[in-house]
Amino acid sequence: MTTTTTATTTTVLDASDVTMRFGGLTAVRSVDLTVNSGEIVGLIGPNGAGKTTFFNCLTGLYVPTSGTVKYKGTVLPPKPHLVTQAGIARTFQNIRLFANMTVLENVLVGRHTRTKEGLWSALLRGPGFHRAEAASHARAMELLEFVGLEKKAEHLARNLPYGEQRKLEIARALASEPGLLLLDEPTAGMNPQETRATEELVFGIRDKGIAVLVIEHDMRFIFNLCDRVAVLVQGEKLVEGDSATVQGDERVVAAYLGEPFENAPGDEEVAEVEAAEAHAETTTDAAPGKENDR
Amino acid sequence: MTTKTPTDNTADITKSPTTAAPLIPLPPAVARITTVAGSAVALVGTFLAWTWTPEFPGDLTVTGYPGGLQVLTLIGATLTLLFGLSGYGIRGLGWLTPGGTNSPVVLLALGTLGTTGYAMGAISDELGGLVNLEPGAWISGIGSLVAVIAAFGLPVDRPYDENDSAPGLWGRLRHSLTAPDPGRAKDLPAWAEILIIAAGFGIGLYVFAYGIGTEYSELFVGFLIIAGFGFTAVARAGLLKRLSALTTKHRNVTVAAAFAAAICFPFTQTNDQFALIGANILIFATVALGLNVVVGLAGLLDLGYVAFLGVGAYAAALVSGSPQSTIGVHFPFWAAVLTGAAASLIFGVVIGAPTLRLRGDYLAIVTLGFGEIFRITMNNLNGNSGPDVTNGSNGIPNIPDLEIFGFNLGLPHDVLGHQLTRSANYYLLMLLFTAVVVTVFRRSADSRIGRAWVAIREDETAATAMGINGFRLKLLAFALGATLAGFAGTVQSHVSYSVTPEQYQFAGSVPPNSAFLLAAVILGGMGTISGPLIGASLLYLIPAKLQFMADYQLLLFGIALMLLMRFRPEGLVADRRKQLEFHEAGQLDVPEATALSEGATGVAKAGA
Repeated sequence: MTTTTTATTTTVLDASDVTMRFGGLTAVRSVDLTVNSGEIVGLIGPNGAGKTTFFNCLTGLYVPTSGTVKYKGTVLPPKPHLVTQAGIARTFQNIRLFANMTVLENVLVGRHTRTKEGLWSALLRGPGFHRAEAASHARAMELLEFVGLEKKAEHLARNLPYGEQRKLEIARALASEPGLLLLDEPTAGMNPQETRATEELVFGIRDKGIAVLVIEHDMRFIFNLCDRVAVLVQGEKLVEGDSATVQGDERVVAAYLGEPFENAPGDEEVAEVEAAEAHAETTTDAAPGKENDR
Repeated sequence: MTTKTPTDNTADITKSPTTAAPLIPLPPAVARITTVAGSAVALVGTFLAWTWTPEFPGDLTVTGYPGGLQVLTLIGATLTLLFGLSGYGIRGLGWLTPGGTNSPVVLLALGTLGTTGYAMGAISDELGGLVNLEPGAWISGIGSLVAVIAAFGLPVDRPYDENDSAPGLWGRLRHSLTAPDPGRAKDLPAWAEILIIAAGFGIGLYVFAYGIGTEYSELFVGFLIIAGFGFTAVARAGLLKRLSALTTKHRNVTVAAAFAAAICFPFTQTNDQFALIGANILIFATVALGLNVVVGLAGLLDLGYVAFLGVGAYAAALVSGSPQSTIGVHFPFWAAVLTGAAASLIFGVVIGAPTLRLRGDYLAIVTLGFGEIFRITMNNLNGNSGPDVTNGSNGIPNIPDLEIFGFNLGLPHDVLGHQLTRSANYYLLMLLFTAVVVTVFRRSADSRIGRAWVAIREDETAATAMGINGFRLKLLAFALGATLAGFAGTVQSHVSYSVTPEQYQFAGSVPPNSAFLLAAVILGGMGTISGPLIGASLLYLIPAKLQFMADYQLLLFGIALMLLMRFRPEGLVADRRKQLEFHEAGQLDVPEATALSEGATGVAKAGA
């Protein structure tokens, strides 16, 4: 459905020929992916296909072995905080909130890159400081209202029920005013009602003009939601297209149902990919990115 | 059977005689009258002689005029009596127990018995036998014992847990010392609330000044017993909760009252030695508060923090004009302070820049190493094994007293008819520094930077993903902490006349050292302002007053820390977050379904 509109929209994310090698193992192999403004793109694939590795290449946790990732035309710096500053925000597969801060404080932390007040300003408390704090508070409360958590602003994040923690993580990511939001399995562990609510939330985010890239296992969720879906199998992009194309592609069905086809990922290879990723994580201490190892 | 106090609104629902049997089965009326009578007898006993000879410190031989330990028993018995009587609903005493609870009476009776028993034991031990006790001591002792036994017969404040409706003896004993929180207080006019805050700080100052002013260790032990039990009793009565509700309502008044009370302290002391203890406590507490930025806010475990105090002190000593200083310049005080703080800042950045790339345990070990490197370097810059900068282990002695605006801090001055001694002058100067550090802590914690620090402490990866430059902010916290310590160090060098490398160890018998600083932060409560101040006061005062246990100091200290971590892991003063973190049950904002949904998550994750 987006094929007709791509001509008029701008490209937000442009990953071209991204390859990530861990030692001798190639976890992601020359993947091209573009996300245009106002678009929701899904990324699916069986376990161990390299989805999260690819995600981490986008967010600066990993530096791709080759290939470039451009955000609105500029190549992204290889540091997570600079990526966020550039305008890409993310959520985590395992929720990673600041558990012992309040809901409001969590969102305020998300405002970090969009505010400037340093230590001196905090110590001297000039009028500029109070203005900036008030503006941050107002913006944070706005976002909490958007996700429906405004009544729980003073609760500790750890005390929220699971579904609301997911919402809070999205609100926190939105607080950094991103142009592109990366959601890593936003409905993991949710019941159908909560999944439905998340769907509405993602549409709401899209309507704010923020492009969204989603990794998900829930097929119904993905096919309802996404304008375009890319399938990653064994580190390579297999198919990309709208819901119908992907659902109809027999290679995708084969990859998910495990029917033999040429170069099918065997169990050993999947295990190999995971082991190599885990290895890479322990060696590069500063980049503990593969969350599902925790 | 319950109390009917004017503000009582929660006690009635907690009473159910079938489930809440007291430790000692007595009819409530009998128990209460016996408690009151027992404490009255103990009270009378304090006016009689406790021993025959003035050899025991404090002279307990005078009839009709209580002295020394007798005064402590007198205070304990009076409080027991008052709290016991307030249980009768006597008008004018109801405010003592807003929750209508009985456990304060139990605790106070125990405190009285503890002090009296300790006094009797100390007398017989030091004078050689029970024969040295006069009847007065027996009267007080037996009276307080009767009061304790009867107090355990008072109805308990909370019904037993449903799944453990008949606990054993120990369980019932522990249970009788707990109480539910009182309900919300009625709103008083603002001036009355401020008056209450002022009164609270006044009492706090008096108790603290009394503790510092205790002249012999027997009196200090008695003071610790009665103060410990009394403090717990006040907390159980719900007065502390009420007071803290008021202090959060009037924050600025509270801060002002606290500093007013602190300024009053030297005016309560005539002895220079006690004022010196006060000044040293302030130095220790200020440095602990600086460490709290690093440990409590940013979550960086720094085991070599005392080195920054040392850098500030050495820098100030070198430019102090001391004849032994190798530089031989004499900066005015403000310049010396800036020099010390700047030196610490540079040292902090130089150490922090390479080490802060490490996480957790590695950082702790490396900072421990740097702390020792500082001490050894100061030892070796003696002209033999290195250039002569610090005179090696001799340090820099003869640091002259400060002179600020022609006001020589080394000389006593008469202010408002009270003579302020040298130590009192330095105490007041240090108080100014403490105020600055408190302000810096408060303001930085409640800002974008402070939130980023807490975020890094909570989850560094997520914080980085929120656009926080982890390394830079950790370095900022480290450098700020170092600067604050160096700032305090400049005064320390003048207070102690000399700086030597041995003052800045990892662990030693005299605070401040790195281990004690960290302990003050953890004991008091991480991330709070009052926590490190209280922790530092206790950690300084107890060893300073109890010289006889100097040999076992570290052992006792370790035991105390272990007990604290077992029973109150959030520290003496819990910050709101920590309170919620460690005591999840009974919170207002805990959703009922937390456990369920978390379980569901696990299942779903496993399947996903």
